[in-house]
Amino acid sequence: MSAHVNAGAAPECQVPPTSVRGAALRGVVARPGREAVEAKGWLRAHKWLLLRRASQLGILALFLAGPWLGWWIVKGNLSSSLTLGVLPLTDPFLVAQQLVAGHWPYQESLLGAGIVLAFYLLFGGRLFCAWVCPVNLVTDAAAWLRRRLGLKGGKTPAGSTRYWLLGFVLVIAAATGSLAWEWVNPVSMFHRGLIFGFGLAWGIVGGIFLYDLLIAPRGWCGHLCPQGAFYALLGRASVVKVAADKRSACNDCMDCFAVCPEPQVIRPALKGVGQDHPLILDADCTTCGRCVDVCGKDVFRITTRFNRSE
Amino acid sequence: MTMNDKVQPTGHAAASAPPARRRFLKDVAGVAGGAGLLALGAGLYAKQASALPATAIRPPGALPEDDFLAACVRCGLCVRDCPYKTLKLAELGDRVATGTPYFEARDIPCEMCEDIPCVVACPTGALDRTLVDITKAKMGLAVLIDQENCLNFLGLRCDVCYRVCPVIDQAITLERIHNPRSDRHAMLLPTVHSEHCTGCGKCEKACVLPGESAIKVLPIKLAQGSKAEHYLRSWEEKEAAGRSLIGDQVELPVRGLEGKAYGDTRVGPADLPQVPDQAPAYAPAKPAGGGLDSGWKP
Repeated sequence: MSAHVNAGAAPECQVPPTSVRGAALRGVVARPGREAVEAKGWLRAHKWLLLRRASQLGILALFLAGPWLGWWIVKGNLSSSLTLGVLPLTDPFLVAQQLVAGHWPYQESLLGAGIVLAFYLLFGGRLFCAWVCPVNLVTDAAAWLRRRLGLKGGKTPAGSTRYWLLGFVLVIAAATGSLAWEWVNPVSMFHRGLIFGFGLAWGIVGGIFLYDLLIAPRGWCGHLCPQGAFYALLGRASVVKVAADKRSACNDCMDCFAVCPEPQVIRPALKGVGQDHPLILDADCTTCGRCVDVCGKDVFRITTRFNRSE
Repeated sequence: MTMNDKVQPTGHAAASAPPARRRFLKDVAGVAGGAGLLALGAGLYAKQASALPATAIRPPGALPEDDFLAACVRCGLCVRDCPYKTLKLAELGDRVATGTPYFEARDIPCEMCEDIPCVVACPTGALDRTLVDITKAKMGLAVLIDQENCLNFLGLRCDVCYRVCPVIDQAITLERIHNPRSDRHAMLLPTVHSEHCTGCGKCEKACVLPGESAIKVLPIKLAQGSKAEHYLRSWEEKEAAGRSLIGDQVELPVRGLEGKAYGDTRVGPADLPQVPDQAPAYAPAKPAGGGLDSGWKP
């Protein structure tokens, strides 16, 4: 199978003209995913994107139904919530900070954090980033605009910055004895702002949009966000994974790399670098499924980590 | 290049580390330094901005501010369960820790619900569930802060703060004193007793003054002095011990006050010696022409 796995061999005629590589060869702005739309139809070429937006907006709608319509299905916000008056859910990232800051929370808070922890440990840590977090809407919009405007370059911090930041967030929590990161955390601030009112938090959200658009491509979610780093750590052994199981059909159009929020995770699976199986096991993968959508050759699919078939 | 490094003595290894390792160390230092600076900035900002404005009051049962900031996850469940929309979450720019719950008494005070739903709703313990009796809450302490504009201090009978107090006659009492301005009326001064005041802020809300209230709920730390521990209050010690700690005092008679309780030196008209009609044996000579003090009384 790995015979097909070397890049650059595909002749130009096989690369779709609107794809990243095709456009680069012709010197025009690429439209990644256009070939997939032609091959599979618009709906199938946006299946996971639509499902993901439905999930993000649906969760937001559940939180907003209370204050806007008086339907109190879910109370609170992503930091901690109560569903139907019985199901507590708490962000384990916050509980971790609480514990190092020296506060032992009530049992329902620990239970809520346990449920969330178990879910993401099982299904995939960064599912949170792609399917729940509202900031993803902002950074996806910035990435889309960046592609459409054909903006190149920028100064992106190293991808490991977020893990360092995660460590320092805990250190600062311990040093100040408070949830210091929550003063500036754009993730909780944005979600809380949508539900409880923004104040000047718009500035922080707008700042992230501009940072991702103009300075660092995928800068926030892919390189800085310590909350994403926390959930990535949870996803090391999770079950749901993307597999490049039809990698033999890859025509090196590079569209998946263009749309992927963590493009470094694709290569080992697609090109067989350092591994034999086609599973994307890197915990940085958010399982957003956008690579599945934009591939005209249906190379990718979402499966489990136990399915190593090709 | 790697081979060259290998043959070098280990003592010089650090000085001539392979470029890959050096680059790695440099990258790590840069990344860690950047992340550290970002986190440090957040931490310092949090520390600097954690001073709560005096008019922002935490919900009942809130832990002391330092502990509260370690415990509150800013979920807003207390806000949702507040039936009077008293509580709100601080927004960025509100000068209160972003996302934490507070209220402003002059805006909407705490109605002191008996079941304290905000405390029940808190999942983290930032609002302490050991508080089950709302009259034991200590959200702040009311202070009659402007005695120049308080209508009762001006001699009127406004009494509104006293009337609205949910712990009337305990948290706020009206203390009657003489009105020296008219010299013939009383003033009933609203007086707050810290032992019973919950800091609900209904007095501050109800104060009839336009704009700012004359009575305000302040953080207890601002409103109250520290107790002078070295000063034993004899009346408290006496009550606790059932007797005076220094034994009964010798009561010496005071001339002219023989009929009164010991220590009572108040003088009423009846206590004044009955002056007979005859002229006193000695009277100071009056200045000629009356002088400044004519001795006239209404």
